[in-house]
Amino acid sequence: MARKLPATDVVIVGLGWTGSILAHELAGSGLNIVAIERGPWRDTATDFPPAYAQDELRYHIRHDLFLRPAQLTMTVRNSVNETALPMRSWGSFMPPNGVGGGGVHWNAETWRFLPSDFQMKTHLTERYGEKFLPADMTIQDWGITYDELEPYYDKFEYLCGTSGKAGNIRGLVQVGGNPFEGARARQYPTPPQKQPYGPTLFAQAANEMGYKPFPQPSGNLSQAYTNPLGVTLGSCTYCGFCEWFGCGNYSKASPQTTILPVLVRQPNFEARTQCEVLKVNLDDSRKRAAGVTYVDTSGNELEQPADLVLLCAFQLFNVHLLLISGIGKPYDPRANEGVIGRNYSYQVTSSVDAFFDDKIFNPFIASGAIGMCIDEFNGDNFDHGPHGFVGGGYMGAVQTNGRPLQTTTRTPKGTPRWGLEWKEAVAKNYLSSYEAVTHGGCCSYRDAYCDLDPNYTDRLGRKLMRITFDFHENELKMSQYLTDRLAEVVQKMGPRQFEKKPRTGPYDSRIYQTTHTCGGAIMGADPKSSALNRYLQSWDISNLFVLGATAFPQNAGYNPTDTVGALAYWASDAIINQYLKNPGPLVRT
Amino acid sequence: MKMRNLMALALAACTTGAIAMRAAEDGQAFEKIERGRYLAVLGDCVGCHTTPGGRPFAGGAALETPFGALIGPNITPDVATGIGGWSEEDFRRVMHEGIGRDGARLYPAMPYPAYTKVTRDDVSAIWAYLRTLDPVRNEVQPNQLRFPFNVRRPATSTWDLINFKPGVFQPDPAKPDVWNRGAYLVEGLGHCGTCHTPKNITGGDRGSEALQGALLQDWYAPDLTEDPRSGIGSWSIEDIVRYLKTGANSYDIASGPMAEAVANSTSKMTDGDLLAIATYLKDRAPRSGGAVTALAADNPRMVAGQAIYEDRCAACHSRRGAGVPSLFPRLASAPLVQSADPTSLIRVVLIGNRAVATSAAPTAPAMPAFGWNLNDTEIADVLTYVRNTWGNAASAVQPEDVTKLRARLQK
Repeated sequence: MARKLPATDVVIVGLGWTGSILAHELAGSGLNIVAIERGPWRDTATDFPPAYAQDELRYHIRHDLFLRPAQLTMTVRNSVNETALPMRSWGSFMPPNGVGGGGVHWNAETWRFLPSDFQMKTHLTERYGEKFLPADMTIQDWGITYDELEPYYDKFEYLCGTSGKAGNIRGLVQVGGNPFEGARARQYPTPPQKQPYGPTLFAQAANEMGYKPFPQPSGNLSQAYTNPLGVTLGSCTYCGFCEWFGCGNYSKASPQTTILPVLVRQPNFEARTQCEVLKVNLDDSRKRAAGVTYVDTSGNELEQPADLVLLCAFQLFNVHLLLISGIGKPYDPRANEGVIGRNYSYQVTSSVDAFFDDKIFNPFIASGAIGMCIDEFNGDNFDHGPHGFVGGGYMGAVQTNGRPLQTTTRTPKGTPRWGLEWKEAVAKNYLSSYEAVTHGGCCSYRDAYCDLDPNYTDRLGRKLMRITFDFHENELKMSQYLTDRLAEVVQKMGPRQFEKKPRTGPYDSRIYQTTHTCGGAIMGADPKSSALNRYLQSWDISNLFVLGATAFPQNAGYNPTDTVGALAYWASDAIINQYLKNPGPLVRT
Repeated sequence: MKMRNLMALALAACTTGAIAMRAAEDGQAFEKIERGRYLAVLGDCVGCHTTPGGRPFAGGAALETPFGALIGPNITPDVATGIGGWSEEDFRRVMHEGIGRDGARLYPAMPYPAYTKVTRDDVSAIWAYLRTLDPVRNEVQPNQLRFPFNVRRPATSTWDLINFKPGVFQPDPAKPDVWNRGAYLVEGLGHCGTCHTPKNITGGDRGSEALQGALLQDWYAPDLTEDPRSGIGSWSIEDIVRYLKTGANSYDIASGPMAEAVANSTSKMTDGDLLAIATYLKDRAPRSGGAVTALAADNPRMVAGQAIYEDRCAACHSRRGAGVPSLFPRLASAPLVQSADPTSLIRVVLIGNRAVATSAAPTAPAMPAFGWNLNDTEIADVLTYVRNTWGNAASAVQPEDVTKLRARLQK
């Protein structure tokens, strides 16, 4: 039996990027806020100081920063006819845990989505006709426009100090930036990071082919920056330990380096760490959230009543909590009805490995988001008519790391996987090989969804969430096409040999790709096909908001965090300026 | 508020003396009480008289001295455990003469040698403010000194004959008002010398070396004279104001005991008072230290230290020791780095340290600990390098000093 605690105004589940943003914004309005975080408190100097932050074995191989599957995991299968099995070790994606969440261990690639991404269904239907889209594709418009979101992208980027070169300022295309991006109000807060040799060479080749290469926007900062909250970040040292790692010298944008120092000074904010939320409680009407129940490390169950509940956990856990709590109608793929678990999507990446005789790339000079990219093949920036698929992605030379363990796998095809010959190949190619990448979007489909697993439960008896997902023909065609285009640029860089590695099916949850899982409680204009309205407010429970990539109806060909951050500011603006003045549904149906 | 009135009534009912005292007080003396509140900030009373996380002014954490621990007593108006039964004259004697209500001399952890300079009006205002606090019942045993230091001190002691010159601050008519205000604050309520002035063998100030830097609780409170190398000679008035107001300037970030002083006191001072303090500090003579020559770059300890610096330190403090304002303290030409006594440097390398957070500079970056993966010789070498490169010059750090401090910090 849970012990009931005194009520608070706002309870926030999860203290990562979105939880920190919402807590900080709402703290300014004087509300009492309790954030409940499953993992530990995390602090730069205490938890990932430079003395050991770059420990590849500890963080990359042994997953030190991530949730332990024994605490909570999910089951996975490729199709509705299979029996799903639990993930007992992380593979395809890395569920975050602890204060800062994924903001601690991201690569900090800070992209905006294209304006047409937000009207994907309408845009593609108008351009290519409804029949062009596969019958089982369930892509939707987001219910908001890029122009509406622009000020909030701006706010998140200025919070982070993002380093980049604008391609479009108020409609004027800027030389050296991404000419395809939506109009932005102003330049990036800091200039782009310096580019190593590989990206420089890629940009030269792309230029010669008539493309418009530009530096990837980076949350690893090119120079010291003090954000509007007064928090100072340092300058990146190009150590190349970003994704999977916490940044030891305060130069990667994270809740720790941008918001938390200010948030913890707010007297009306309280964080409870090592506390796992079990469910959202509803009142007797079942139309209102009454708070949450959580368990601490001693096994004590505690009920925290609150007037406003904000689910700010990682995408998968937000969906799990909604399913467990019985909020909204669970999605049924057979009937194509229901909203919780619907439109689960992901990311479709691929690469081209190139091996050179006469070039030294020094891959260890790296940052998670450094690189030169082209966007000619993203979204609907090119005519899909002849190709028979929709969607796309950015591609480029993104020099995220030259980490000694990980990089040993980059050897030419046919190299033995161990022994003398392998060692020689690693030594020969470490400095002179290069991996260029594509970062493709992922449409949503009727048979890609989340529900509760009928067979497996967690340690507390809660049903695990089940993911049913596979790559579809559209995405595989897209990946092949993107990889072919990328290979043409790579070939122009002059390698001895190169290998195309397009994404192939079936989806294998054991192999790392990205942590960009999306959807499951999507935003939209119609409560029959979306769980949340355009303000990320639950259609069913008006004092419940669900943040994060959970709301993406499908994923674009970019990394999601900038959009996650922008939506967090967009939602907090709606809560403060609309909801608090007149609590209730912000969109009438 | 209602609660407080009831308590006041209850107190009055059981203590006749309290009735008489209260009758003489003006609980609505708004201007005076407000002034007293600000003066209590200037004096950082809360720093010694409050435990971390505890009720303000209700008794403090232990101040470790070479003679044992002293604890700031409860100065809320609680009759049984605070100063609720005191008169204003009792309070004035404490502030001006260092004599407690029982007639005994206080220990100079209560900085009465500085507070004696505070005007009678200001003492009265502080008293008026303290009377308005909620009484907190909290028994504190202030004197935890070892024998024989714990013996009651007579009202006239040899220590005071040597170390204590009573008397309210006398302005220097030849100096402008801003200077005199600064001198009043630095020497009086601000009691800067309590930490920053070297002490003689009895624990009293060495008057001729005022603010030249001193060791206290395994922190070195740095030289505040105009010395261009180890003092604040290179800091402008604006640099000093910014440091005191925000905790950070382009040179340094406050940490250790100064972080508390910034958080409790200097960050809450008016700009006028900060300007006054800076004006006064900048007008004082540099310490008369002899010239120091930097160790040669090819000295084996310098070579070893440089290698450690580039591996362990340069990622934040940058290769040439420039640091990042408000984030990573500058090491090149930094006064604290070139202090005569390297204790603070050894300390932060051994166990790390967090800088102060203020609303103007909230980052509160932290130095990670290196004591677990650098040995005493390595720490001595890297500090010796930092103290003698990029134009810095200071004595080498000895491994034995690191060993000793490590042992003390592990206690």
